[in-house]
Amino acid sequence: MIYLDNSATTKPNPAVLKSFEQVTERFFANPSSIHQFGGEAERLLMKARNQAAEMLGVGQNEIIFTSGGTEGNNIAIKGIALEHQNRGKHIITTEIEHPSVYDACSSLKALGFEITYLPVDHNGVISLTDLKNSIRKDTILISIMHVNNETGSIQPIEEIGKIAKEHPKLFFHVDDVQGLGKVPLQLPESGIDLCTFSGHKIHGLKGTGILYVNNRTTLFPLFHGGNQENAIRSGTENLAGAVAMVKALRLIKEREKEELNNLYELQKYLLDEINRLEGVVMNTPLHSAPHIINISVPGIKPEVIIHMLGEKDIYISTKSACSSKQKDESKVLTACGFNKERSISALRISLSYDTSKSEIRQFIHALKIAVNQFKEVME
Amino acid sequence: MQYDHILIRYGEMALKGKNIKKFIVKLQENIQHKIKDFPEAKVKRTQGRMFVLLGGHDPEPIIEKCKHIFGIQSLSLAIKVDNELEAIKDAALYALENSEDTRKFKVTVKRINKDFPVRSQDMNQILGGHLLSNTNNITVDVHNPDLEIKVEIRLEATYITSSVIPGLGGLPVGTSGKSLLLLSGGIDSPVAGYLAMKRGVQIEAIHFHSPPFTSDRAKQKVLDLAKQLTGYGKSVKIHIVPFTKLQQEIFREMPDGYAMTIMRRMMMRISEKVCRNESILSMTTGENLGQVASQTMESMNTINEVTNYPIIRPLITMDKTEIIKISQEIGTYETSILPYEDCCTIFVPKSPKTKPKREKVNVYESKKDFTDLIEDAVAGIEVVKVTDQKDLDSVFEDLL
Repeated sequence: MIYLDNSATTKPNPAVLKSFEQVTERFFANPSSIHQFGGEAERLLMKARNQAAEMLGVGQNEIIFTSGGTEGNNIAIKGIALEHQNRGKHIITTEIEHPSVYDACSSLKALGFEITYLPVDHNGVISLTDLKNSIRKDTILISIMHVNNETGSIQPIEEIGKIAKEHPKLFFHVDDVQGLGKVPLQLPESGIDLCTFSGHKIHGLKGTGILYVNNRTTLFPLFHGGNQENAIRSGTENLAGAVAMVKALRLIKEREKEELNNLYELQKYLLDEINRLEGVVMNTPLHSAPHIINISVPGIKPEVIIHMLGEKDIYISTKSACSSKQKDESKVLTACGFNKERSISALRISLSYDTSKSEIRQFIHALKIAVNQFKEVME
Repeated sequence: MQYDHILIRYGEMALKGKNIKKFIVKLQENIQHKIKDFPEAKVKRTQGRMFVLLGGHDPEPIIEKCKHIFGIQSLSLAIKVDNELEAIKDAALYALENSEDTRKFKVTVKRINKDFPVRSQDMNQILGGHLLSNTNNITVDVHNPDLEIKVEIRLEATYITSSVIPGLGGLPVGTSGKSLLLLSGGIDSPVAGYLAMKRGVQIEAIHFHSPPFTSDRAKQKVLDLAKQLTGYGKSVKIHIVPFTKLQQEIFREMPDGYAMTIMRRMMMRISEKVCRNESILSMTTGENLGQVASQTMESMNTINEVTNYPIIRPLITMDKTEIIKISQEIGTYETSILPYEDCCTIFVPKSPKTKPKREKVNVYESKKDFTDLIEDAVAGIEVVKVTDQKDLDSVFEDLL
């Protein structure tokens, strides 16, 4: 199998899976239980939290374990909105966010919130001037993703953070689900108040994630109950999930440190090969994340290519998995200014540190055959 | 078919009289504790025998654990089958086929259940024939077999056992009370502790620590050694005595040749106090006759004067090579030879008396009142408990 849909999800690392199993089996006590057994579970949770904090360079009380990206984004956006609505009801986000941000923001319109969706340029990047101009007195939140899940475009988070810092009354949330382990992001001193991470995009497990919430930020919780996770997310802790998340984080950080250049080289090889293919156009901008490549084969329905490759045990995707069931064009590509023909025919190839050059070679070969076959039929 | 239990034999303990129950219960408890990482495995006693029911676990790691438990004379893998001839034949064949390097075997049948229709002698022949006809190049040798397959036809079932795996012998730890082991960090004291444990003694340890002259690594080394000893027991409590001031005072105030003798006497005094506080009835040392100046007959006589508590000296008549051999077998040797200074090696008199005299020592000691320093040392004791379980932090580290 050649698996090139790593932005949808990744294969769990066996070491992560093993830790999950062992924790589930051995430390199944409720960390809130006061007996020794519960105490052990609590210590393990604390240790996991400390390790995550250390790796992200933040405080251990700033780590909230979640069930993943969608939950993290919802807690952050709705939590800020509900907690700080007295200050104002204006939120700024972008046209190219993941649905868990885009739709979470839209949902708040019903509560009287106003949402500004910043446009992006051809490279899929927002304009800082636009952002500055959009900030109002009643703006309480800026939510902008780090790496786009469809095109791999990277937003200038550092600069946005500086702008956010000039407006201490608003909060800045970053969805870093796609960037984690691939595109370095500095949390401390960055102006970022909240940041969402997901486990299953970094060879961890589904149902695991971290939301960074810095000390100055207060949230209205979506779940009330036993006040776990700083009372931001009540519910018996998923200790095995938290441990698995932190282990996955450690392992991906190690690979990022050692293999990021290889990944860029691999991407360059893939880009060069694709650029030589006739009838295939590149949607991914020049400066993008190393693991996402978006292309269009205008005139060919992307599903056809997906299935032709699938028959050869090669797996890529159309747009993001979370919106691929909708038949219309890609919202992200449309926002980038691509015409309809191009934005309905997009394909996403997403790599991992496990992807090899030979897999890419085989993929290119199969793609070439698929495109040619289809063209012959059409002609 | 597979081995489903381990038969535990407890040689010397079987000789005990009325209090045998206490020994057996302790052994059962100790075995159950050592195999607690195998949740399905259970230790059972029936009709004067002890079994580990494997509950589906692989036997090898459990046997490995049992090999480190005092009180077990030997053990054998066993299969339990119904009292049916075909089942017994299959089990006997399984035992033969799963043994290593067997060329000559022997079958011994014990028919305790006289209702079983085939007599022992006939069973021997039936089983022997069955095994011969189902294997190649293996013969029967009743006088000098590589493997004796024992078949016991009992009331409830038939048990088939084969290879006898030797155990450590001795008595179950915890059946002979507690002793305070003077643990230095050298080669001898851990071996002394091990041998005391072999006689059923539960060990607590005392260590004299003289920071900054002795480092944290020296202390850690002692904790590591204690941890290795827990492999043969459950846990070891270590009393770490802050010894710097007292030691400095001795070497400053007392005649050079007697300083070491007096230091040893102080150690005995402090140890006896710990024994009293902890209700421990004896001390154990790694002393070895004639090995160093403090272990001559005269030295021992002089040092022993300060306590009338029994002192167990398991190594007293051994050769150094014998001691080293045991320390290698029990795995303490590599730790013991780590080159950290301990309190006995930092202040070494130029010429320690090898023949100190009680009268002289008492005169010297009377010139200086050490009472407060001894009290301070005892009051400053730090107690650390190490157990045979992998400590939680390292478990966590592996998980994360």
